[in-house]
Amino acid sequence: MTTVVLNRRSLLAAGGSALATGLLATGVPGLLLPARADGLAPTETMSGGANNYRRGAAIVERIGKGGFWMSGTVRRAGDGVPLAGQRIQIWAHTTEGQEHEPQSHGATLTDKDGKFRLEMPQIIPIFGQPHGHLAYDSGEFKTVFLRPVMRSAKETSLEAHFVLQPA
Amino acid sequence: MKGRRSARAPLIWAALALAIGVPIALAAGSEQLAWRGPVYILAGFAGIIALGLVLVQPLLIGGYLPGLSTYRGRRAHHWIGGALALAVVIHVAGLWITSPPDMIDALTYTSPTPFSPFGVTAMWAIFTVAVLAALRRRLGLRLRTWRIVHIPLAIVIVAGSVAHCLLIEGTMETISKAALCVLIVVATVKVMIDLQVWRKRRTLRGESVARQ
Repeated sequence: MTTVVLNRRSLLAAGGSALATGLLATGVPGLLLPARADGLAPTETMSGGANNYRRGAAIVERIGKGGFWMSGTVRRAGDGVPLAGQRIQIWAHTTEGQEHEPQSHGATLTDKDGKFRLEMPQIIPIFGQPHGHLAYDSGEFKTVFLRPVMRSAKETSLEAHFVLQPA
Repeated sequence: MKGRRSARAPLIWAALALAIGVPIALAAGSEQLAWRGPVYILAGFAGIIALGLVLVQPLLIGGYLPGLSTYRGRRAHHWIGGALALAVVIHVAGLWITSPPDMIDALTYTSPTPFSPFGVTAMWAIFTVAVLAALRRRLGLRLRTWRIVHIPLAIVIVAGSVAHCLLIEGTMETISKAALCVLIVVATVKVMIDLQVWRKRRTLRGESVARQ
């Protein structure tokens, strides 16, 4: 239990923040989204996320010779339940090929905890940023394309997380 | 004193050659090149060379390069301006061939990369200056009107190019890239101060020559 101490300062602070919240919620829709307050918001497609996408990459044990790990989670919007068996497609410009080339693409499935992990060749900077691409594009949920950026080109792993909403 | 003066000219030219040559040489040694195709490599170096030309431009117009008369400095400024526009065309075309969707995102200002809008804005400024410079006489633009157009665009070109390249993680080595950018900004600020570009009425070196 937290004890609520009421004094002038806390009242003023609480009143002020309530006022601000009210103003923000009414005055600037989109800044606060009340509909999403009670649940997990779906992931938005990132700009440039779908670039050099090749539909239907095969599910593979590993892309190329490996050495780099792409991992993440897939959950359902609203309640955040992990989604098992979801197909995630992954591609990037790596030491073994450019982004658009078929050997740079592969797919994997999430496990029972909604987690996925796929080994791939080392991602290298392309178009000025070391980044990867991931897609959920299997129909049951709305398609989402992600484009996470590595903090440094020397990193050997990258994460991306999906929250999907029904199609 | 005479010896010092005679050594100054070659030193300035050598410094310029190093300021542009060292970043190019270090980029040529980048391990990133091993994983790039020839068109992408060409596009990258066209961009680096363009950045080097952006340094040469204020030096020429300020008359800081020894051995060049004001007239020849201006002529060189014109030609190098054309070369700069050509380098940018090669840069953009090569990147377009390498990855069309990424280039289209950049040109439409929808790219996720923070450096793209700076580069694209500088590109339009370069093209605008190049086209107007080529048509200046035909359009009947007076020198003063021309300066009012060119100087703000020159600032956009310098600021855009410097921000663009500093934010890119590519083949350029960080310190030589930053040094080149500092020199570009210093040269630009110096030429603006020396020529007092903010003054409406002024007599510039060689204005009579340019008006002929």
